[in-house]
Amino acid sequence: MTEDVPDRRYPHRHLLGIAGLGADEIESLLDLADTYVELNRRTEKKQSLLRGRTIINLFFESSTRTRTSFELAGKRLGADTINMSVDVSSIKKGETLLDTATTLNAMHPDVLVVRHPDSGAVMLLASKVNCAVINAGDGSHEHPTQALLDALTIRRRLGHIDGLTVAICGDIMHSRVARSNIHLLNTMGARVRAVAPPTLVPTGIERLGCEVFHDMREGLRDCDIVMMLRLQSERMRGSYLPSTREYFRFYGLDYDKLAAARPGALIMHPGPMNRGVEIDGTVADDITRSVILDQVELGVAVRMACLEILSANNPPAPETEVAR
Amino acid sequence: MKRPQPGRVAYVNARLLDPASGLDSPGGLLTDGPLIADFGPRLFADGVPEGAAVVDCEGHCLCPGLVDIRAHLREPGAEHKETLASASQAAAAGGITSIACMPNTDPVIDQIPMVEFIARRARETSEVKIYPCAAITVGLQGEHLTEIGMLAEADVTGFTDADRAVMNSKVMRRALSYASAFDVLIMQHPEDRALAEDGTMNEGELATRLGLAGVPIAAETILIERDLRLLETVPRGRYHVAHLSSGASVDIIRAAKARGLPVSCATAPHYFALNETAVGDYLTFAKVSPPLRAESDRQAVAAGIAEGVIDVIVSDHAPHDQDSKRVPFAQAANGIIGVETMLPLALELYHKGDVPLLDLLRTMTVRPAELLKLPGGRLAAGAHADLCLFDLDAPWTVDVTKLRSKSKNAPYDGRPLQGRVLRTVVDGRTIFEAE
Repeated sequence: MTEDVPDRRYPHRHLLGIAGLGADEIESLLDLADTYVELNRRTEKKQSLLRGRTIINLFFESSTRTRTSFELAGKRLGADTINMSVDVSSIKKGETLLDTATTLNAMHPDVLVVRHPDSGAVMLLASKVNCAVINAGDGSHEHPTQALLDALTIRRRLGHIDGLTVAICGDIMHSRVARSNIHLLNTMGARVRAVAPPTLVPTGIERLGCEVFHDMREGLRDCDIVMMLRLQSERMRGSYLPSTREYFRFYGLDYDKLAAARPGALIMHPGPMNRGVEIDGTVADDITRSVILDQVELGVAVRMACLEILSANNPPAPETEVAR
Repeated sequence: MKRPQPGRVAYVNARLLDPASGLDSPGGLLTDGPLIADFGPRLFADGVPEGAAVVDCEGHCLCPGLVDIRAHLREPGAEHKETLASASQAAAAGGITSIACMPNTDPVIDQIPMVEFIARRARETSEVKIYPCAAITVGLQGEHLTEIGMLAEADVTGFTDADRAVMNSKVMRRALSYASAFDVLIMQHPEDRALAEDGTMNEGELATRLGLAGVPIAAETILIERDLRLLETVPRGRYHVAHLSSGASVDIIRAAKARGLPVSCATAPHYFALNETAVGDYLTFAKVSPPLRAESDRQAVAAGIAEGVIDVIVSDHAPHDQDSKRVPFAQAANGIIGVETMLPLALELYHKGDVPLLDLLRTMTVRPAELLKLPGGRLAAGAHADLCLFDLDAPWTVDVTKLRSKSKNAPYDGRPLQGRVLRTVVDGRTIFEAE
């Protein structure tokens, strides 16, 4: 995957997943993101680093926060950013993923930020375009910028990631956030636990580097970070779970279960939250424990770093310059 | 299709291989018109008969033309993927002289006019012999039995709902029972639909890494076990597992055969030539149903062939155009093309020392012919001269763009193979000759 690209800190054309990235590559993305955190708190936030560059947010699945976060990140770096929600346009006209990709590619974007409901779809698309591609979530596969922003949140709060014990709780089976985080946390030296009912634990997940728990209190015992996952309401159909109230009783994060974790353990959630399903509303709002809003804030900084590095790694090809 | 009547042809310097009789010997074979006149080690000891054309086999293997009892030929309804004509050319290049085609066409082969249509189109456009299988249930819907008796009168000998399992146990039991009156074979696609639903590859670590929903092996074993329980209640029922993918299924069939149940089973080359890692980074050409399994399953399937538990190797030829495969993995169609690569992939088992040559060839000649009561599959004086001449050792590398099927969905591009078809003969006439 390593190619001859300008930025040796992250020598790749795309960001398709965390799996396969080295600790130094992750660190350098986080270091760069760190520099944008202060910028984002100023009144004047705009940079001109990516002036003239075009970023397309191509979302085949509805999203508010991730898309907004990428859009702000692009705009703050001075790029022209547009949003395309394909689930309401071309798909209905029968256009395929690759048709959409090649059509957009012909407009010479510099970065495509893509979310798709199918695992592997972003990788497929990346193989057919000339520009950089960022995976903004593909099916149940990966959501790398979410794992990076989670890592930045942990690093800024606790100073380090290695040696920490992180419990990822909830719908592991269908979660791209869980997979990206398991890869990243392992690479950075943390110990990972997966806490979920057996029906939401995919076969062989322990081989990715985690210990599986079906009892939440046991899973949270002495952990430093409690990372909650969103439970899609569709899971109540298809016999994954009997009911939301049963789920909350055994796997919802409340103060009682949280007491098993290390005192002061941080609570994270990728959002959007289902209060009273996977997390008790008062726990989510507890500013001494919950870092959920930090995650949202740092998400913009992480995406700025990714856009900057991938833009540097994908200089406009000569033939894309305006011919006279 | 107008076919010139062949004269007499003498195949000299052949290694004669006939799994039905156990013959493996240097010798010659004489065809006269569409039939085998004679063959044997000393046939041309006194010279080749006058007027006969001579084919020098140069010591290569001459065996009965291969009989493939599971191929999806897509005509009618999806002629952009394959036609009987294009499938025939591809099959001929693979040494296949008879194909039993699947009924999941559009319209479905579930009535006599469709059987007659396939037979007529085959006569007009195909040089390889094509025998249509008919659906077990009307429209492949799993509810109402087709007119199995009348279809049997129209020479249909195999019934299957193609790539769908008959899920309703009562319907399946009655299909086995009713079909027994006509002594026809019920061929089941072994996959419990609810368990396999949404699944796109083998359940396990790899699927979990890729974020793909898995199909557990239990989806296959549950259905086979259920069908065997039903079969026990049906005197003279004939049940065949259309293609199995797992070691657990091999174990079940072995035990059932030991109990004396009238069961047979097949597998396809991808289940012993590939494992789930062929999916790699979402390679849709490796998406097939049942899915490619773990390496231990691949080994168990190969061992099942060696042991004789697995009766038949089928191509499971399932052509798909690019639009069906160049999509995200979960949306991609299931299937791998296979008629042209079936023999060389099977020969890997021989070259690795796993399966003796005659035993291997039996799974692609006389055994499938017996199961569907098809002519062919054996060397016999007076039998139709359907032959396959192949070089057992010739090395070559698969280039999917050069395969003759209309669709190119094979996950074997660049794979080195050993063994190549030199000539294919149907009714005494050469229909394929290697360049």
